[in-house]
Amino acid sequence: MENSTEYLEEIAGKEYEHGFVTDIEMDILPPGLNEDTIRFISKKKEEPEWLLEWRLKAFHAFEKMDLPGWQNFKMPDMNFQGISYYAAPSSKPKYDSLDQVDPELLATFEKLGIPLSEQKSLAGVAVDVVFDSVSVKTTYKEELNKLGIIFCSFGEAVKEHPELVKQYLGSVVPHSDNIFAALNAAVFSDGSFVYIPKGVRCPMELSTYFRINAQNTGQFERTLIVADKEAYVSYLEGCTAPMRDENQLHAAVVEIVVMDNAEVKYSTVQNWYPGDAEGKGGIYNFVTKRGICKGANAVLSWTQVETGSAITWKYPSVILQGDNSYGEFYSVAVTKGKQIADTGTKIYHLGANTRSRIISKGISAGNGQNSYRGLVQIGSKADNARNFTQCDSMLIGDRCGAHTFPYIESRNNTATLEHEATTSKIGEDQIFYLNARGIDTEKAVEMIVNGFAKEVLNKLPMEFAVEAQKLLAISLEGSVG
Amino acid sequence: MLSIKNLHAGVEEKEILKGLNLEVKAGEVHAIMGPNGAGKSSLASVLSGRQNYEVTEGSISLDGKDLLDMSPEDRAREGVFLAFQYPIEIPGVSNINFLKTAMNEIRKYKGLEAMTAKEFLALSKEKQKLVEFDAKLVNRSLNEGFSGGEKKRNEIFQLAMLEPKLSILDETDSGLDIDALRIVSRGVNKLRSKDNAFIIITHYQRLLDYIVPDFVHVLSDGKIVKTGGKELALELEERGYDWIKEETVS
Repeated sequence: MENSTEYLEEIAGKEYEHGFVTDIEMDILPPGLNEDTIRFISKKKEEPEWLLEWRLKAFHAFEKMDLPGWQNFKMPDMNFQGISYYAAPSSKPKYDSLDQVDPELLATFEKLGIPLSEQKSLAGVAVDVVFDSVSVKTTYKEELNKLGIIFCSFGEAVKEHPELVKQYLGSVVPHSDNIFAALNAAVFSDGSFVYIPKGVRCPMELSTYFRINAQNTGQFERTLIVADKEAYVSYLEGCTAPMRDENQLHAAVVEIVVMDNAEVKYSTVQNWYPGDAEGKGGIYNFVTKRGICKGANAVLSWTQVETGSAITWKYPSVILQGDNSYGEFYSVAVTKGKQIADTGTKIYHLGANTRSRIISKGISAGNGQNSYRGLVQIGSKADNARNFTQCDSMLIGDRCGAHTFPYIESRNNTATLEHEATTSKIGEDQIFYLNARGIDTEKAVEMIVNGFAKEVLNKLPMEFAVEAQKLLAISLEGSVG
Repeated sequence: MLSIKNLHAGVEEKEILKGLNLEVKAGEVHAIMGPNGAGKSSLASVLSGRQNYEVTEGSISLDGKDLLDMSPEDRAREGVFLAFQYPIEIPGVSNINFLKTAMNEIRKYKGLEAMTAKEFLALSKEKQKLVEFDAKLVNRSLNEGFSGGEKKRNEIFQLAMLEPKLSILDETDSGLDIDALRIVSRGVNKLRSKDNAFIIITHYQRLLDYIVPDFVHVLSDGKIVKTGGKELALELEERGYDWIKEETVS
């Protein structure tokens, strides 16, 4: 069927909508990485000595590390000296109200559709925005303060809640965890910090938007979320970047600590610039995300919709330490053009009766290559641990690829592990069936892809689901009936 | 309503329809019968615009509009409905949402406003009742895990919802037990009106006991070789197709 093939080609080559550059004054550190760079960042951020020490330790670990070689793609050249490690809007980076924010910046957020304005925050989303390296605006802070919830930029947390930061920083992702995590620990410039006190249910979604704007910069933000006993929070992360010919590195770290009976939901809609049709430019999205269910009955849920980046390489993980704790990972990864995704999760069952669920949906179009890589590890004390893994791949066209690398390591014979995998092609029969009911091919593909990803999309909070659907160009399911 | 003139069509150089002529007026039901490989399902495919079929000669018009010029979706929007012999499963797409999309796409094409959820649901309830379609199936994924009979009944439910001018039932009776056959036929009979028309493609006379046609055509080797009333179906049931082939040759 010719026109559906053409259409599939067309969506595979669709252009990036967030590729604008905001023209504002920036403080940019010249490219290069050495101890002085780190001292500069730390000083610029007026950090305490212990944090500088920690950064330097990470830097020294980084210097000794090599790039990994096990990934399912050719490692691009990484010139760590060619990156600028600090870029920030030069006008005053801390704001108490929207009126003080650079209008250019506000216009940017407007373009991005970020719910920064107060009317939008009626929707009940508190937002922290990280623009290049600096957090520029956190909304709703006062209201959250009343409940004892801390939601602020990382830099602010270091100043105002140093004891909390010191206690948890690096406790889930150590400074020497892997080369990109070590790099992040050395040079991270900002990020978000969340603390939900004991017994508090955060009444609104907390959200961070990341935007890379300046040229030749990397973005190395760090997010730390701590949910004390019986606490609950749902956290959202979104990201975009301008179109650039060169590749830009995004090496973030997210650490999450979930105490007894607490629950954290972390959702990502990742839409970094994917590069052009020939594979020129685009973000290297090399991120380390890990959470620990420290206490009994703790729950940690990762949901990700990955549509952007030249290369997406990350495995949001869960350490199930507390007995009866539960971890889940719901993922949709779309690769088109020359995009590559090597993503999945790692679940470590340490406590007894721990359970986990992995649902991964990979969609490949154009020349996109999509790999699911997942580890389920059952420790010797994890009696009656259970895991269910389902990993489905959809191919659009005949030049893309889907790959699955499941790893299972069990040291306890009471564990129950299930793994299901399917691969399907968007069939011409499916498209024709919808055509024959008056639905054009574009909409037909949207519906089929939407149906395929539904289980994951349903996991997203409404606020984000809308954005994710737009990204997947999918019409909303279930609005009727 | 439908006018097919000297239609030649095939797949990959192989000619299957070899000069087919057919006129269908509003209010009529035409049965098309014929031996395996005569081109019955090909006719359904060509009418609905399946693109692996190439039309080499002839014309098809619907109320004066050239169908061959239209994409499959535009044919559907103009009022051509194909009830599939093998309805397709689409996981994760709910039956009802699919139908609402289809209906509103057709309405948009006709310059009508989209139906509200409320209107749509009311209509859906009414049609479910009319064609005896199980409400439980309405909210499930489109045809996913449906039995053969349920899939066919879903085709008739869709037909009832979309109210096409011309419906083509491609071996809708195949794989149906007698109860399902009765329900499907009752549905079609209720949907018959002076404004619409049906082409019923079938191997067996049985279906025509329930849906009584105005005309019966015998398709053989890509052409209609005999046309008669409903009695012709009975005769075919009794005598097979060979006598017609002989008749045509002589």
